Amino acid sequence: MTDSHAATQHGPELLHHFADEEQQRNSASLGMWLFLGTEIMFFGGMFLAYLVYRLNYFESFAASSRSIAVPLGAINTAVLLCSSLTVVLAVRAAQMGKRKLLIWMLILTLIFGLAFLAIKGVEWHEKYEEHHIPGNFMGRAFDVSDIQRDFPKLHVDPQHAQIFFSLYFALTGIHALHMIVGVGIFLWLIYKAWKGDFGPKYYTPVEIGGLYWHFVDVVWIYLFPLLYLIDRKPL
Amino acid sequence: MATAAIAPEREDYLNKEYGIRSWLLTVDHKRIALLYLISITLFFFIGGFFALLIRLELLTPAGDLVQADTYNKLFTMHGQVMVFFFLIPSIPAVLGNFLVPIMIGAKDLAFPRINLLSWYLYIAGGALMLYAILSGGVDTGWTFYTPLSTSFSNTHVVTAGLGIFINGFSSILTGLNFVVTVHRMRAPGMTWSRLPLFIWAHYATSIVMLLGTPVIAVTLVLVVLERTLHLGIFDPRLGGDPLLFQHLFWFYSHPAVYIMILPSMGVVSEVMACFTRKRIFGYTFVAMSSIAIAVFGFLVWAHHMFVAGMSMYAALVFSILSYLVAVPSAIKVFNWTATMFKGSISFDTPMLYALGFVGLFTIGGLTGLFLAALGLDVHVTDTYFVVAHFHYVMVGGAVMGYMAGMHFWWPKISGRMYPDSWGRLAALIVFVGFNLTFFPQFVLGYMGMPRRYWDYSHSPEFQVLNVLSTAGATILAVGYLLPMVYFLWSMRYGKPAPANPWGASGLEWMTQSPPTTFNFDETPQVTWEAYDYENIPAPVPEEAFGD
Repeated sequence: MTDSHAATQHGPELLHHFADEEQQRNSASLGMWLFLGTEIMFFGGMFLAYLVYRLNYFESFAASSRSIAVPLGAINTAVLLCSSLTVVLAVRAAQMGKRKLLIWMLILTLIFGLAFLAIKGVEWHEKYEEHHIPGNFMGRAFDVSDIQRDFPKLHVDPQHAQIFFSLYFALTGIHALHMIVGVGIFLWLIYKAWKGDFGPKYYTPVEIGGLYWHFVDVVWIYLFPLLYLIDRKPL
Repeated sequence: MATAAIAPEREDYLNKEYGIRSWLLTVDHKRIALLYLISITLFFFIGGFFALLIRLELLTPAGDLVQADTYNKLFTMHGQVMVFFFLIPSIPAVLGNFLVPIMIGAKDLAFPRINLLSWYLYIAGGALMLYAILSGGVDTGWTFYTPLSTSFSNTHVVTAGLGIFINGFSSILTGLNFVVTVHRMRAPGMTWSRLPLFIWAHYATSIVMLLGTPVIAVTLVLVVLERTLHLGIFDPRLGGDPLLFQHLFWFYSHPAVYIMILPSMGVVSEVMACFTRKRIFGYTFVAMSSIAIAVFGFLVWAHHMFVAGMSMYAALVFSILSYLVAVPSAIKVFNWTATMFKGSISFDTPMLYALGFVGLFTIGGLTGLFLAALGLDVHVTDTYFVVAHFHYVMVGGAVMGYMAGMHFWWPKISGRMYPDSWGRLAALIVFVGFNLTFFPQFVLGYMGMPRRYWDYSHSPEFQVLNVLSTAGATILAVGYLLPMVYFLWSMRYGKPAPANPWGASGLEWMTQSPPTTFNFDETPQVTWEAYDYENIPAPVPEEAFGD
C-alpha cells in the first residue's frame, strides 16, 4: 500500500475534474485556508464590538472580566493546546501510513475537544448560578450586585456589564459551536481512518480537518486573554 | 419526453441527461449556472414588482395608492430582494459559474459539490425571504438600521435577516470556489498575464465576497440576538451603540457595490475587445484596477455616515479615500475608450449594452464623487440624488453589464442565436427607459425631495419630474421583458449557434455551443495572449444571423 507509486496514482479518491492528486490536494488546502480567512472576518466583527465597548465602558468591563474564573479558562487553554498536538501527530501518522496511531490520535483529539466543551459547560453553569446570564434566562434575572460589591472602587453599570456578558456569551458560544462542528468532523475522520481510507497517498481530509481544528484553537488563544486576562492586576 | 427519443446529433451538457433529478443533483457548473439563472430571474421580477408599486404611488403627490406602512415595506423589500437576491449573485453566480472554468480551460470549478451547496443555500435564504414577504413584509429599509430594526419595528426582521444571513454563505462559498479555481485549475500555458479580464474581475469580486460577507453575517446575528434576547449591543437604550451597527453594516455593504459592478466591468472588457476587434488597451492596468477597486473598496465605507455623528477627522479621511477609489474606475473607462479608438467597431446587441454601461457608469461614478464631498453630501444625504446615483451604478452599471453578458454568451449557453434586431431594440428601450426613470431623480434630489416618503403633497412642484420617472420605469419594464421573451423563443426557434458566432477570442469560443459536460474534449494548451484579435478572422455577419 505504501510503495506502489504507479498503482495508486489514479486511485478512486481522484475526482474527475482534477488532473492529478497534487492539484486536488492543493485545491482542498487552499480552499480551507480561504474559508479560515472568512472565519477571521466573522469573529473579527465581534472582536471589534468587544474592543469598542471595552473602551466606552471600561470600568464595567474591567470588573466583569475580573469576575470570571481564570482556572477554568486556563485548564481549557491547556486542553486545547494538547489537542492541537494530537492533531499534528495524527496528520504525521496519516502521512507515514500508521493507521493505528492515526486512529488513536484522532480519538485523543476528540476526547480533548469534548473535555473542552464539558469544562465550558461548567463555566456557563457558574454564570447561571451567579445571575450573570443577560436578560431573564430561565427565571434568573441578570444581576451584578455581587460584582459591584467585589469591586467597590469601580463604577459598575448593570447595563454595561450586561453588554460584557452578552459579548462573552456570543463569543464563547459561537466558538463552542465551532468546536461542536469540529467534533463532528473528527467523528467522520475516525470512521474513515478505521475503514483504512487514509495513507501516504491520500490524507487530505485529515490535513484540512486539522487546519480547521487549529484555527478554532487559535481563536480561543485570542479569546482567553481578551475575556479573562487583560489588565487583571489587583486594584 | 417524446422528443428524447430522437437521437441528438452530438452530446452536450443540456441533452446528456434529462429529468428533474439530473438538474437538482447536478454538479456540472453549467447546469448550476442555469439553476441560478432561473432563480435570480424570479427574484428580479419580484423586486421589480415592488419597484413598480413604488413608482405608481409617487405618480401623485398624495399618498393614495398605499399607506405609509405599506410603502415602507415596499421600498425595503425592493431593496433587499434586488441587492441580496438579484444583484449580488447575478453575474458571478450565472455567467461566472458558467464561464470561469471554461475560460481558464478547466473541466469544472474546484469544488463542484460545494457549488451545488451554494445554490441550495441561496434557495434556502430566498425561501425565508419569500416567507417574510408573504407573511407581512419588513419595513426597516434594506439597511436594517438599529434601533429601528431591533427594538421598534413590528415586522418580520428576524426572518428576513436570517434569509440574508444564509444567502451570505452562498456568496462566500461561490467566492471561495472561484479563487481556488483560478489559482489551481488553469490549463497549461494559461498564465496570470494571459487570463481574460472577466477572470480578473471575478477574482477581485471573490476577494470582496470572502472578506466582506462574514462581517454582515455576524452583524445580522447580533441584530437577531438583540431583537430576540434583548442583548444590548446596538440599541442605545440598552447601552449599545447604533453607530457601531452602521460601521459594521457598511463595512460589507459598501464593498457589496463592488461585488455588483466588478463582474460587469469584466463583461464589458470582453465585449469591448470583441466588437472593436482589438486587444484591450492597457491590459495590465485594467486587470490591476480590478484588484485596486477591491482593495480601496474596503476603505471607504463610512462615506455613508457623514451625517451620522462621526468625528470630523474620520469623515475627512473617508472622503479622501472615496475620491481615491475613483482612480481605478476611471482607468477602466479611459482604457475602454482607448480600445475603441481606431477599432473596427460593430454595434451588435452586446456592444450596445456595453456602450450603455460605460456612459451610465460614468454618470453614476461622477455623481458618487459629489457624494464623497463632505459639504455637498450634507445637502443631498437621504434625498433622491442618492437614489439616482446608486441606481445609475447598480442598474445602469451592473444590470447593463449583466444584459451585455447574457446577450454575448447566450449562444454559448443555449446553443441558439436570438434575433439580433430585437436585441438591439431592447437595448435601446432599456437605455431610454433607464435615463427617463433616473435622471429626473437627480434633479428631484437636488431640489430637496427626500427618499423613502410616500407622500409629497407639501411640495406638489415635484410631481412633473415624478411622472417622468414613473413613465420611464414603465418603458424600462418593457425593455427587461423583451429579452426574456426572445431568449425563451430562441431556445425553440432560434438558429443553432456555431461554436464562435462573434469571432471572439477566449477558450469558451473554442469549444462547441453548448459545451459538453467536461467543456473540452481534451485539455487545451494555451500558447497565445488574451484578446489575440490580430490572428482571429472577423465573422461574416450573415453567417451568424438569419435576419
